[in-house]
Amino acid sequence: MGRRKDLHSVFVVGSGPITIGQACEFDYSGTQALKALKEEGLRVILLNSNPATIMTDPEFADRTYIEPLTAEVAAQVIERERPDALLPTLGGQTALNLAIELAESGVLERFGVKLIGASLEAIKKAEDRDRFRQAMVKIGLDVPASQIARSLDEAKRAVEKLGLPVIIRPSRTLGGTGGALSSEYNDFLAKVEWGLANSPSHEVLIEESIAGWKEFELEVMRDCADNVVIICSIENVDPMGVHTGDSITVAPAQTLTDKEYQLMRDAAQRIIREIGVDTGGSNIQFAVDPKTGRMVVIEMNPRVSRSSALASKATGFPIAKIAARLAIGYRLDELPNDITRKTPACFEPTIDYVVTKIPRFTFEKFRDAADELGPQMKSVGEVMAIGRTFKESLQKALRSLEIGSFGFDGVSERERKSLTRKALWERLCKPNSRRLYYVAEALRAGMTVEDIAAATKIDPWFIRSIAEIVEDERRLQASKTLDAYELRSLKQKGFSDRRIADLIGVDESEVRRCRHALGIFPAYKTVDTCAAEFEAFTPYFYSTYDGENEAQPTSRSKVVILGGGPNRIGQGIEFDYCCVHASMALRREGFETIMVNCNPETVSTDYDISDRLYFEPLTLEDVLEIVRLERPLGVIVQFGGQTPLKLATALERAGVPILGTPPDAIDRAEDRERFNALVAKLNLRQPRGAIARNEREAIEGAARIGYPVLIRPSYVLGGRAMEVVWDERALRSYVEGALSASEKRPLLIDQYLEGAIEVDVDAISDGQTVVIGGIMEHVERAGIHSGDSACVLPPQSLGSDIVAELMRQTKLLARELSVVGLINVQYAIFQGQVYVLEVNPRASRTVPFVSKAIGVPLAKLAAQVMVGRKLTELGFVTEKVPRHVSVKEAVFPFTRFAGVDPLLGPEMRSTGEVMGIDESFAAAFAKAQKAAMASLPTAGTAFLSVKDSDKRELDGVVHRLYRMGFKLLATDGTARFIRALGIPCDTVRKVAQGSPHVVDFIRDGKISLVINTPEVVGAADSASIRRTALECRIPYFTTMAGAQAAVTAIEALQRRPSKVQALQDYYRD
Amino acid sequence: MPERTRRAILALADGTVFEGYACGAIGEAVGEVVFNTAMTGYQEVLTDPSYCGQLVCMTYPEIGNVGVNDEDSESDRIYAEGLIVKECWPTPSNWRSRMSLDEYLRRHQVVGIQGLDTRALVRHIRTHGAQQGVISSVDLDPESLVQKARSAPSMEGRDLVRQVTCREPYDWELGEWQPGGGFLRPSEAEIRDWPLVVAIDYGVKRNILRKLVTTGFRVRVMPAVSTAQEILAQNPDAIFLSNGPGDPAALPYARATVAELLGKRPIFGICLGHQILGLALGGRTYKLVFGHHGANHPVLDLRTRRVEITSQNHGFAVDVESISGKAELSHLNLNDHTVEGLRGLGTPFFSVQYHPEASPGPHDANYLFNRFRRLTELFARYGKSAMDYLESEV
Repeated sequence: MGRRKDLHSVFVVGSGPITIGQACEFDYSGTQALKALKEEGLRVILLNSNPATIMTDPEFADRTYIEPLTAEVAAQVIERERPDALLPTLGGQTALNLAIELAESGVLERFGVKLIGASLEAIKKAEDRDRFRQAMVKIGLDVPASQIARSLDEAKRAVEKLGLPVIIRPSRTLGGTGGALSSEYNDFLAKVEWGLANSPSHEVLIEESIAGWKEFELEVMRDCADNVVIICSIENVDPMGVHTGDSITVAPAQTLTDKEYQLMRDAAQRIIREIGVDTGGSNIQFAVDPKTGRMVVIEMNPRVSRSSALASKATGFPIAKIAARLAIGYRLDELPNDITRKTPACFEPTIDYVVTKIPRFTFEKFRDAADELGPQMKSVGEVMAIGRTFKESLQKALRSLEIGSFGFDGVSERERKSLTRKALWERLCKPNSRRLYYVAEALRAGMTVEDIAAATKIDPWFIRSIAEIVEDERRLQASKTLDAYELRSLKQKGFSDRRIADLIGVDESEVRRCRHALGIFPAYKTVDTCAAEFEAFTPYFYSTYDGENEAQPTSRSKVVILGGGPNRIGQGIEFDYCCVHASMALRREGFETIMVNCNPETVSTDYDISDRLYFEPLTLEDVLEIVRLERPLGVIVQFGGQTPLKLATALERAGVPILGTPPDAIDRAEDRERFNALVAKLNLRQPRGAIARNEREAIEGAARIGYPVLIRPSYVLGGRAMEVVWDERALRSYVEGALSASEKRPLLIDQYLEGAIEVDVDAISDGQTVVIGGIMEHVERAGIHSGDSACVLPPQSLGSDIVAELMRQTKLLARELSVVGLINVQYAIFQGQVYVLEVNPRASRTVPFVSKAIGVPLAKLAAQVMVGRKLTELGFVTEKVPRHVSVKEAVFPFTRFAGVDPLLGPEMRSTGEVMGIDESFAAAFAKAQKAAMASLPTAGTAFLSVKDSDKRELDGVVHRLYRMGFKLLATDGTARFIRALGIPCDTVRKVAQGSPHVVDFIRDGKISLVINTPEVVGAADSASIRRTALECRIPYFTTMAGAQAAVTAIEALQRRPSKVQALQDYYRD
Repeated sequence: MPERTRRAILALADGTVFEGYACGAIGEAVGEVVFNTAMTGYQEVLTDPSYCGQLVCMTYPEIGNVGVNDEDSESDRIYAEGLIVKECWPTPSNWRSRMSLDEYLRRHQVVGIQGLDTRALVRHIRTHGAQQGVISSVDLDPESLVQKARSAPSMEGRDLVRQVTCREPYDWELGEWQPGGGFLRPSEAEIRDWPLVVAIDYGVKRNILRKLVTTGFRVRVMPAVSTAQEILAQNPDAIFLSNGPGDPAALPYARATVAELLGKRPIFGICLGHQILGLALGGRTYKLVFGHHGANHPVLDLRTRRVEITSQNHGFAVDVESISGKAELSHLNLNDHTVEGLRGLGTPFFSVQYHPEASPGPHDANYLFNRFRRLTELFARYGKSAMDYLESEV
């Protein structure tokens, strides 16, 4: 027994950029797998296009390819590296799809690569809905009635039999993309069409609707000896009809008797055996009719999934690590349970707490998208909380979300006044991101648990828990007093100090003082897989207001690292990457590292990463309690993004030492007036600006600055609600909306540097030496959020004088702000002058990208200087300008939000990023495009439709496209302009001019490249062009800068096809 | 808060005291404090006669969520002396639920305590061993309660079987629970040719009887004190030794009966039945520090090298050395390497320490009932060498 002797090298495929439905959970699982495989002495080859991952750090694999995740690229890697096996079950749907392609195209066979974990047959059986269904029927399990349709006609016939409502599910898409419920015939036809277009296999499943049923998931593992264990059961609070990824879920299942649970367990075992997943983890979803208990199988993922990450964190059982070991031949009973050490991994974890996951949404970023939840996943992140009761874990999860909520306080007094009973009822009936708050509100309004359950289809058990909380709130609000007994009881139900304070009308600190005076402190319990039956050796803790504290602090010198909380647009995996690096670096420096975070998808919440893990909300209260217990040397706040940063000042005020850059520096950079003073003091230049607290101030300010202006509310992340405003009328309408949205926050108005080149600079400082990490030139011009813009390192168009000036200014700023750690500065180069746009004295989103591009782990160095090391000692004293070129490109979730125009703007909307590395900008940009969206075409028809102000830049683009042999196609105005340049160009109708129009052409595959810059944002006609290109996966560019870069890249591709190279080779140069 | 105001105390013999609130009946209960780590199945646990004499702490904190229904009881009453939970839910939610757990406890006059740090209790027992304890919501004086716990008789040497076994023999006719359709009830015609098994009732769980029926046995249940002659007088084709409470060493009559039956009929023993079998072979049993009570214990089938996740509930175990030469070890607990199964050497019997009938717990070991049925068939054909034939088929 033991591991297979025929394997010496394994090829692991990652999941690529962070998107909705595929987030950093696959970095967590991939990293675990790589570590496990390397520990086994195997040579590990990795392919992943996402630079912000820990797994793509060069030390985690022997050969790391940051290249596009396509079958063609994977084949090139296989040809170079000749691995013995491909492990495709840890990189999400992306890796699985890639494996299918490689197997079916014969690449694996040609190079003798074995598919391990799951066979091609098993993957196809699980993924192909029709075959899966047949398999279930064969083993006697119930499934919803359904039919596959490969055309609209087939769909029509199917719905005649099934009757509406039905669910339409396109086959083989990520996170249920395109899945939709339909109860009306025309709507049904439209959704089928959309689904057919978006399914890689051009088929949709039309299924009996079981919306409203209870939904459960089981995480199952199997080894090569056919041992099968269930790691965790998960119950969705939301009923069927809401995508699991968008559902509030709890572990373990709460409302099944043992008889019912065991039937599900039996079914899961039969399913994994029938599908034939040889080894590793699978996730199986079930639905149960709450009235009769009829159980149907929904689907199975024959791989590690988002739910397995959750199950791993919820139980302490490292599914991915074990799955990797099983894939290379170990059996479950041969592997130890890391936590107990004495017992084997072949068992079923039992837990003595309740875990609640709540997804985090960003509907505010997609104003045209309705806040409605359905079978298509829309959340961008999630939080998990652990408590001894559901009430406690639920309330902890709510405050973990960081949406300004500290309990059931999501409905403001103002909203309450305008919320009629009817409106409230509708919000209960239609699942939305704020449903929990509406349930509480309905209870306050006197609706019964039964009525709310009927409206929401949420099990009454969960609603009763909320009812108990609401009842406590009511009592507290009425009495305004608390004795020790009541306070303890509230804390046991998960009430935050802040919520209690709000309810009795005092300050949060007052409640805390009172609580401490009464001797009421949280205890920390261990996540141990076994409900305390055996001794646990892993310090993985959660707080609860129960008696015994198991987290006994050590006498070592320790550092607390505050993580980034839930993923959201503007704050994602990049910050988790930095936190993990900090922990690794400081452990190596001999410190005890203590990680605090509440995001179950991350590497940072792997209990292996830090010496201690506190799975806790990142609020002042929760952090202060940990600090009170652990008494660390200091707390690191600069790696987790805005989340810990927002706590910095309050922590410092509470006497908590903050390591690195002083919190005052953050304030100096973020406070507008102090920042102006800083820039003035250093004699730097910044765009003219103004602060407005009302409409009059805004109009005056804008007039003084001169239009166009960039306007946004202060203190926001990811450019939320930021807009370019061209005249007073637009300004007025913005102010109207924004002032109400952001309450007391003033508006910031800036001169908009039209056409300016934006530059990001990351640097590190130990307080004396400042070293530039990287200078990134944005591809898109000023006006596009830096997080959404493609960028290149080293800069391509900046003169050496500008580069020198950027370095000088960055160093100046770092010194002035006494930065110890990382600093990021954003600049605009406008008419030959350098303007400072923004200074962030903390880790920025680009740190992982820069680190990978230059081959220097900046976050690690930063953590080291924060505990007193000097850059000279650490050997990083001069800028490293690599010979190769690295391009970062953003990835967007537009396909998820029907009706949203996929345009770039000052508000950040990307969820992830990819990296392209090559010898030239053109080649690297081509790779980045391929990784982010689709391969750039080297021939075909290019469609152009650009606004008048862009036409002067059109000349070069069309000439070059024409020279390369592209056929040109344009709408009337653009076509005339192109022909006037002496280049042949066909005219195509606009949508408004009737069929056959441009959208038809895109649909029919007659167009291979779209360049479309809109005259007016939101114009329906051009929006439909972009949407269709997006949906049909045709590369499209909405800025001239992007188009020019694309043309350059296409030229490079025509000269020579892309080649792959490992990161380790780039660094060797 | 108002619904949980009546205080209750749990006191252990070693002087440790936990404070909480009453649930279930108001009163006092004495017993050995044990913990069960199964996350589902509290109704089955409470009604399992093997819990006679014990106060059960469920380690999963939310208990009562699915209420109590008509189908999931393992006997006709609650046998556990008391229930210890973090939170006892007053309002259940499940389509089969008939009443709340709280009401069920009250109806059966069973005392409970909730709101205490059950995890701290488990950690205490894990380290200091299972011991006698008292739950009380009438006497709130910790010292007096500790005294009561100290004076309670220990599990060792106690015959609890006489309290739980049936008074008269009876026939059992129901098969397994069917989702959505009550219990399987084979027809008269169906069972006519089935072999007869006598199940000796040391505190038998109903699901064992249901499993035997489902496997194709006619089942006659007989009191624990039945003699070998009385049992053989039924002319059974096979004999089953049930689970039950307490110390196996305190049951000389059971040991004597089984010793006499060995070799005469194929025998299958579960839990206490397995231990009695071990004693009847001349072996020894001993008390475990805190026992095995849960639904996630990995057991290795030494023959097939397959692992079963098993349901367990026992405080004593068979000393493997003591039965060498008479039986061989067939199953091993992977957590602590204690004996989980025995197989007769030349004699037609096998037994397991765990609960293949599950209820609550996983069904991984269901196959043992079929194996028992097969052994019965082989015994009818080949007599004493049936075991060898059975082995060749595994």
